[in-house]
Amino acid sequence: MLTIALIFVPLIAAVIVLGLPQLLARFFAFFAALVELLISLVVIFHFNKLQGVQFVFDTPWIQSMGINFSVGMDGISLLLVLLTTVLTPGILVTALRDSTKPSSYFSLILLMQSAMIGVFVAQDGFLFYLFWEIALIPIYFICLMWGGENRGRITLKFFIYTLTGSLLMLVAIVYLYYHTPAPHSFALQSLYEAGRSLSLPQQTMVFVGMFLAFAIKMPVFPVHTWQPDTYTTAPLQGTMLLSAIMLKMGIYGVIRWLIPMVPLAVKEWGMTAIIFSVIGIIYASAIALVQKDFKRLIAYSSIAHVGLISAGTLTLTSVGVQGAMIQMISHGVIVFGLFYIVEIISERTKTRELPKLGGIRNVAPLMASCFLVIMLGSVALPLTSGFVGEFLLINSLVQYKLWIGATAGLTIILGAVYMFKTFQKSMSGETNSTTAQVTDLSYHERLVLFPVVFLIVLIGIYPKPLLDISATAVNDLLSVFSHVSASAN
Amino acid sequence: MSIKAMIFLIPLLPLLGFVLIATIRKRLVRGFAALIGCGSVFTSFIFSLVLFIKLLNGAEPFNVTYFSWIAAGNFSASFSYLIDPLSSLMLLIITGIGFLIHIYSIGYMWKDEGFNRFFSYLNLFVFFMLLLVMGSNYLLMYVGWEGVGLCSYLLIGFWSKNQDYNDAANKAFIMNRIGDLSLIIGVILIFINYGSINYADVFPKVTEGSFVLTVITVLLFIGATGKSAQIPLYTWLPDAMAGPTPVSALIHAATMVTAGVYMVARNNILYTLSPVAMELVLVIGLATALFAATIALAQNDIKKVLAYSTVSQLGLMFVALGVGAYASGIFHMATHAFFKALLFLGAGSVIHALHHEQDIRNMGGLRKYIPITFFTFLVGVLAISGIPPFAGFFSKDEILAKAFEHNQLAWLIAVIASLLTVFYMLRLLFITFYGKNRSSEETIHHIHESPASITIPLIVLAVLSAAGGFMGVPEILGGSNWIEHFLSPVFAKSHEVMTEYTMSHTTEYVLMGVIVVFTLVMIALAYVRYVSRARVPASEGSELSVAHRIIYHKYYIDEFYESIVVKPFYWISKLFDIVIEKSGIDRLVNLISESLQDWSNRFRKLQNGYVGFYIFIMVIGVILVIAYSFLK
Repeated sequence: MLTIALIFVPLIAAVIVLGLPQLLARFFAFFAALVELLISLVVIFHFNKLQGVQFVFDTPWIQSMGINFSVGMDGISLLLVLLTTVLTPGILVTALRDSTKPSSYFSLILLMQSAMIGVFVAQDGFLFYLFWEIALIPIYFICLMWGGENRGRITLKFFIYTLTGSLLMLVAIVYLYYHTPAPHSFALQSLYEAGRSLSLPQQTMVFVGMFLAFAIKMPVFPVHTWQPDTYTTAPLQGTMLLSAIMLKMGIYGVIRWLIPMVPLAVKEWGMTAIIFSVIGIIYASAIALVQKDFKRLIAYSSIAHVGLISAGTLTLTSVGVQGAMIQMISHGVIVFGLFYIVEIISERTKTRELPKLGGIRNVAPLMASCFLVIMLGSVALPLTSGFVGEFLLINSLVQYKLWIGATAGLTIILGAVYMFKTFQKSMSGETNSTTAQVTDLSYHERLVLFPVVFLIVLIGIYPKPLLDISATAVNDLLSVFSHVSASAN
Repeated sequence: MSIKAMIFLIPLLPLLGFVLIATIRKRLVRGFAALIGCGSVFTSFIFSLVLFIKLLNGAEPFNVTYFSWIAAGNFSASFSYLIDPLSSLMLLIITGIGFLIHIYSIGYMWKDEGFNRFFSYLNLFVFFMLLLVMGSNYLLMYVGWEGVGLCSYLLIGFWSKNQDYNDAANKAFIMNRIGDLSLIIGVILIFINYGSINYADVFPKVTEGSFVLTVITVLLFIGATGKSAQIPLYTWLPDAMAGPTPVSALIHAATMVTAGVYMVARNNILYTLSPVAMELVLVIGLATALFAATIALAQNDIKKVLAYSTVSQLGLMFVALGVGAYASGIFHMATHAFFKALLFLGAGSVIHALHHEQDIRNMGGLRKYIPITFFTFLVGVLAISGIPPFAGFFSKDEILAKAFEHNQLAWLIAVIASLLTVFYMLRLLFITFYGKNRSSEETIHHIHESPASITIPLIVLAVLSAAGGFMGVPEILGGSNWIEHFLSPVFAKSHEVMTEYTMSHTTEYVLMGVIVVFTLVMIALAYVRYVSRARVPASEGSELSVAHRIIYHKYYIDEFYESIVVKPFYWISKLFDIVIEKSGIDRLVNLISESLQDWSNRFRKLQNGYVGFYIFIMVIGVILVIAYSFLK
């Protein structure tokens, strides 16, 4: 029932919020998100980290098509649910004092939360697809209605991109569905078995369709070009939803729906996908270096980081997948913090152009300190959350192929180059006419950024509880996989 | 107090000092910040001393595990410390010199508005440096390794309003990161090949050389060239002098930059079994020692001379490691920590006295005005020049003797580098403290000896620089070479493997004599040139000979890197951004979406074409389906 509550509490709250007056609506939304957070903490408390899928709720839904309303969580799902429930209240807080956003805005954020949690807990192929699509709707409206310049054109591009991916995924799922023994079923396990029984060429087709969908969501080079525009144009909360949580749907998809389903194809084409991901790391880092728009720069840095996560996941080692899990959490927290800092700066200076900034640390030392810690997390300094994941991911890639690992490792250098340059341009130096009047963090902003800073350091020093949550699930996942490929050989 | 708690507290106290000062720095009066900063490091020093004495009395190395840090799949790393003779010696140097420099900083930074911030960074640095040497596995060493890099960055750019300083800070961090990448890949390869990253598990498993081992040792060494400023990654260190002088003394001379030496010494068995890597260490060490020494000959900034000198001396330590004389390398590291910290702090005292003047062409005759600074600086110069019985003599002589045993050409190059060192150090001494004063009237009027918090650390370090060599007096001079015996358990395995060279005592006496004579000749040459003839380096913009100009401009290495690495990378980035990203991929995608829009426009007559409307209908549809299915 807890899983059901996790999906429906925000959904119901979203409906209620719609009917509330603006001020009340936003506080109610925040309250609902806190309740949701509380539920997820209860789940953690009752979670048995030695077991697989728990908190299962399974009931026939559309029986004629073999669709069940089947949800449940293993460690992998739980970590991402936790990420969602922790960050959503934060996202709502950042909008709490923004009087330009009506009730519907908050309703959409909650709807988004509900759908993303649905994606992470679905144990049925149809349900997964449904939530995947529903999640697209609120973010589409958020970007379209409250975005910045050129939002119509950019949102359309984003929409077409992701819809293309979704359609390919739908085709792949339906294809698998027809390979399940009659009467056909969308249940996760049936689809697994159907997928594994396919020949390599058949698996490859499924792989291509699904991986494209997931790759677009993350996004991975070269299907990433919707991302910088969309992140830059979307309102703060939209950018946060997209980058901190939604992109994890793509990686989650690879872990839960791709690797165990078509293991032969993953093994066969994994290297190609890894190479694209690694190219993306270098490519996006290089482009980040020459960006003048602060927000766009962070967007490209996100592509670089996600490239590493994607590559590490596809090494199919528990070091790599565990690294991906912890890095998803870390990236979520860090990118949330970074975009908030960008927003705070651009709100005060009315610009995001880096060359116009400078000297902010002289007038707002607290902001500079927070930015510094978040940035250190982003460049994976040891004892920050970013290091744990990045180290495990690079470790898995070096084990996979030394040269790939070494190339991916360039992110250690390149990340530092563009981030430290950014810090220098925005925070250091003399203040100028644009930045002289910048005030330091308000209490409201501290309420958001202090926990971010705290989490980055805490996870960096003691990541064990998080790693423990997903360890069993990851091992199960990969043991099933190795068993399958062994018997196929 | 239990040993375990004491070991735990050694790095923790400076960390707590950092947290405390950093969180309440706005409300903290300077005195308290200084007290917290100095007190925490001093307490760590006392604990380090206790551990040192225990080890001295024959206690086994302490290996303490606190908690599991990162574990995934078959990989695991724990938070655990190892206190053996090597790390214990490092602890004494870090906390001891660290404490002296904290005291010094009270006087030096007192009037700076960032006083509290400065102390917080300094404490953070001590924490990471301690972690680096105490970690009992590679990953914890890496934590310290990167952490000191961060503190170095923060302190180089301490006066952050000056963008040149920030450039220097960025350069230091990024160059270090190039080395760090190599280091971490080396560590991962160790894990892959030996199944663990704990020293205690790895070292026994390394029993013979192999290609992989060579790759690992070379990768680790590239890491060391970053942190310890060796060719090709040394150019950040001279620029790092932008930081306040106590920082240059602590981080960029005595402790952080020796991390590479520590790391190679810690992994001695790996290197001993990889002759190729050993040769590389030797060659890079020699090249750097000589190359940096020549640059130091023509620099006019008092701190830049010392910076190149540090690069050169670090090169000498790597020469020691490269010929397998690990204990000698560590010995020189210790004495160098004394005298180079002394020289930097002395330079700081000069700069303080002259109100931020760093150009030696504007100094001269200072011994009359600031006698304590002068005498202590003199001790430092004698120590680095290798005049017996000052500290540098014993440690340098040992390295040269070991180099001679290994390869006489290596010896010759090392000797030339040492003699150049003598020359440029005396040049520095004479131009700064002898002759006529060349400052402006105004400045001369204000010259004053520094306060006690500055002079006391100078005097303590001068005593150490004068007498520190006695911990390693060789047998032929009637000593017992205490340090080599103390460290021998750490290098025991390497000594079993290595073929021991033996050198006749006669040869050793002759070599020692030759070097001392040449050293005196160098002093005489410098004296004639800079005191008798009172030569002052040419002022800015005057005509220089070609050789002089090349050296003065540091062989144009910075410009070379700029044009082969920095600029091309920037252009590639631009190319990616403009050509591939905006006109390539994105154009293609836009083309597709435009044609789609075209199509949808054609269909508009049939439908209203508003995507949002469809989605809205979809949402409602979905909600209805779900609701229906549950109500059913």
